Amino acid sequence: MIYFDNAATSWPKPPGVAEAMVRFINDVGANPGRAGHRLAVQAGRIVYSAREAVAELFNVPDPLRVVFGHNVTEALNLALRGLLRPGAHVVTSSMEHNSMMRPLRALERQGVALTVVPCSPEGVLDPAAVEAVLRPDTVMIALNHASNVVGTLLPVADVAALARDYDLLLLVDAAQTGGAYPIDVQADGIDLLAFTGHKSLCGPMGTGGLVVGERVDVARLEPLKRGGTGSRSEHEEQPDFLPDMCESGTPNAVGLAGLDAGVRWVLERGVAAIRTHEVTLAQRLIDGLSGIRGVTVYGELDATRQTATVSFNVAGLEPSDVGLRLDEAYGIMCRVGLHCAPAAHKTIGTFPVGTVRFGLSAFNTLEEVDTALAAVGELAREAG
Amino acid sequence: MNRERYAVILVYSTSYAIRAEHVLNGAGISSRLIPVPRHLSSDCGVCVRIERADQEAALNALEAASLEIEGIHEI
Repeated sequence: MIYFDNAATSWPKPPGVAEAMVRFINDVGANPGRAGHRLAVQAGRIVYSAREAVAELFNVPDPLRVVFGHNVTEALNLALRGLLRPGAHVVTSSMEHNSMMRPLRALERQGVALTVVPCSPEGVLDPAAVEAVLRPDTVMIALNHASNVVGTLLPVADVAALARDYDLLLLVDAAQTGGAYPIDVQADGIDLLAFTGHKSLCGPMGTGGLVVGERVDVARLEPLKRGGTGSRSEHEEQPDFLPDMCESGTPNAVGLAGLDAGVRWVLERGVAAIRTHEVTLAQRLIDGLSGIRGVTVYGELDATRQTATVSFNVAGLEPSDVGLRLDEAYGIMCRVGLHCAPAAHKTIGTFPVGTVRFGLSAFNTLEEVDTALAAVGELAREAG
Repeated sequence: MNRERYAVILVYSTSYAIRAEHVLNGAGISSRLIPVPRHLSSDCGVCVRIERADQEAALNALEAASLEIEGIHEI
């Protein structure tokens, strides 16, 4: 069995993740931040430890500016709906996932102006094209760090420089890069970093969050929901400080215990080492697929310029046929179709059919890549 | 327990209390998280208890870490 659907959810998880969650359920169990007894404090410490781990991974100076939520979608909704008001202008790319695009389209109906900057068919964004659409009322540039379809990395550093020059906020969707590609919110100039726990951070589903940088005016950030926070309980008004103001309701502390273990595994292994491994795998996969007659590979075909997510199609076969055959005949699990990113498929020319997507992780091996290449080769020969 | 030995630092939430505890540990100041004494606040969370003698050093360490506090009280 070969699991190549890591761009959706990573699996397997590193040793220690499941154990941390079991320990939380069996030995801690209490509600973090809601009482003063020892188990509540211990639960609070575990959640805080996860905050510290994420802060260390992304070089966030203050762990309390790591706001936890359920996934990157919630984090993007918080950043976009929390900060954009009617009359403001926001810029995004044509490679976005619907987790970015749908909230933006909804805001557009409410009076926020939106410009979608086209990317090349390889998914490449030209920073000059971003600069060209900036206006006096532009307040934010919102981009994915890497495409979930073709893996292409967007030029975050160049766009961050623009954001500084024009005094705009830069929101980065790190769903595909957090834990797999080096991210330093300070050096990279990222004001808002949305991350998810269940991909390369190696945690469980139901964990994620938003890093809120120092340039963000917290007083202007509107929480997605309001409610109990365990703090300021004498007041009926929502607290006005991070992270509590954006973390109403009992958190997924069991999941955060797992996220803590996952991120600490990533820190121990080192993002640089993980990246090197994934580049090696991805280049072998790209080169191998490109060499199969009848197979079209999308993107720049350079593993150093993308994540370890590779999209392709086989002539004569629908992506869904390829996915089914790979699963049933070869035990290879991947994702097929549009990957929740219609704009990206229109950009690379695969709308509405979609692609077959192999998403590799730190746990995949060259042997698995070679096995998959042989399988795709057989399918292509049969279809050709 | 001789209560007159202690002071408590009130902070905004449990996350702040745990961060304060880390900062104080790093500065070599011993502390303990305890439920907020009812006469100081009706909050449902925890606060950071330190030795009275450490008050100034603790406040300096927290300020150096840019950690805002709600107040400090001798108990």
